[in-house]
Amino acid sequence: MWIRMLAVMLAATLLLIALLSANPEYRLFMPGLLEGAVLTVEITLLGAVLAVFMALVAALAKLYGPLPIRWLSTTYIEIFRGTSALVQLFWLYFVLPQFGVFLDAFLVAVLALGLNIGAYGAEVVRGAIISVARGQWEAAIALNMSKAQMLRRIILPQAFTAMIPPWGNLFIELVKSTSLVSLITLADLTFKAQQMNQSTLKTVPVFTLVLLLYLAISLTVTIGMRLLEQRASKGLTRARVA
Amino acid sequence: MWDWTFTFEILPVLARAAIMTVEATALGFVIAATLGLVLASIRLAFPAAGVVVTIFVELIRSTPLLIQIFFLYFVLPKAGIVLDAFTAGVAAIGIHYAAYCSEVYRAGFENVPRGQWEASIALNLSPWNTFKDIILPQALPPVVPALGNYLIALFKETPLLSAIAVLELMQTAKNIGSETFRYTEPVTLVGVFFLVMSLVSAGIIRMLESWLQRR
Repeated sequence: MWIRMLAVMLAATLLLIALLSANPEYRLFMPGLLEGAVLTVEITLLGAVLAVFMALVAALAKLYGPLPIRWLSTTYIEIFRGTSALVQLFWLYFVLPQFGVFLDAFLVAVLALGLNIGAYGAEVVRGAIISVARGQWEAAIALNMSKAQMLRRIILPQAFTAMIPPWGNLFIELVKSTSLVSLITLADLTFKAQQMNQSTLKTVPVFTLVLLLYLAISLTVTIGMRLLEQRASKGLTRARVA
Repeated sequence: MWDWTFTFEILPVLARAAIMTVEATALGFVIAATLGLVLASIRLAFPAAGVVVTIFVELIRSTPLLIQIFFLYFVLPKAGIVLDAFTAGVAAIGIHYAAYCSEVYRAGFENVPRGQWEASIALNLSPWNTFKDIILPQALPPVVPALGNYLIALFKETPLLSAIAVLELMQTAKNIGSETFRYTEPVTLVGVFFLVMSLVSAGIIRMLESWLQRR
C-alpha cells in the first residue's frame, strides 16, 4: 500500500522531469545537472558504506568493548551527533590542512558524511541489538556458542530486521546532507544548480529540476529500503512459524 | 598552530553571531511546532485532506533543506515575493521541520485512546471543544521529548543559513577565516559551541522528560 503510493510518486516525478526536459529552456540544464546528480549518488553510496561500517564497529565497541574502547566509541558518537554536519565538513576541509593533513574534497565529503551518519547509525544498531530478546542469548549460551558465534549467527540477523526502517531514514538524511558538499567546492547537484543559477539567472527551471532530481533519488532509496524491510520481515515470519 | 590571543580576539564577534543563531533557532522552531500541529490537526479533522498532507510531508522530507532555502530565497522573488535572507532561511527551516513535527504530533494523537473521543461525544462536547480540552492536553506531553530532539536537530541545521549569507555563527567564522586566513580557531570554536549547546539542551530535554513522567 505504502510502497505503491511511493512508486506512483516516483513515477510522477520521473514523468515530470521527462516532460520538463522536452522544454528547451529546461533541457539546456539537464546534462550539467545529471553530471552533478552522478556525483551526489556516488557520495551517497560511499558514505552509506562507511556509515554502516562505522555504526557496526562503534555499536559493538560501545556494547562489548573493554572500558577505554567503550569511552572512545562514546566520544566518537557524541562528537559527531553533537556538532552539525556542515561544521564537520568545514573542519575536515579547512582545519585539518593546518595540522598537515591534506585530503581532497571528495574524500572529505565521504569521510565527514559517513562518520556523521555512522554516529547516528551506531545508536540505531545498539538499540536493535539490545532489543533482541534475552532468551536468544541464553539459548545461545546453552548451545555452547562462543560470543562471536552468538553475535554473528543469532543476534545480528535478528537485530538486522529491526534496524532496516531507521536505517532507511538515515540514508534519506545522507542523500539530503550530500547537498552540503557543494559548500566545499565539490560539483554535486546543488553546486551545479548554484553555478547555473548565477551564470544564467534562470532560477525557476534550475531549482525546479534540482528539487525533482533529489526527490527521485530519495524516493528510490525509500522504496528500496521498504522492499528490503518487506523481504527481511517475511523471512522472520516464516522462521517464527517453523 | 593554535593562537590563544587570536582566539580571545574573535570570541566577542562569534558570541554576537551566536545570538543570531539562537534567534534563528527559536523562530524556526516556533514555526515548525505550530505549523506541524496545524498539519497534524488537518489530517485528523479531514481524512480526505490527509493524502495531500502526506504527500506534502513526503516531498519536504525527501529534498535537502539547503535546496529548499535556495528555493525560497531565489525562486520566490520571481513570483513577486521578496524575502530577506534571514526571513527566507528561517521560514525554510521552520517549514522543513514542520513536516517532521507533524508526524510527531500524529503519533501523539494516535496515542490518545479512542474512548476519550467517545466519552466526549457522550458528554455532548463539540468536536472543537473535544480537540482543545480533551485530546490536546493528553496528546502533547508524551511527544515533548520527540519535539525536543527536533529542536536540537533544527539548531544544528542553522549553519546552512550561511549559504544565503545570513550573518550567523558559521558565516561569521567563514568571514573571519577569509579575512585573516586562519580557519582553525573560528571553525573549531563554532564546533565547540554547537557541541556544548547540544549537550546542554539534551540534558534539559532529559530533565523535562523525567519531570513529565513523574507528573
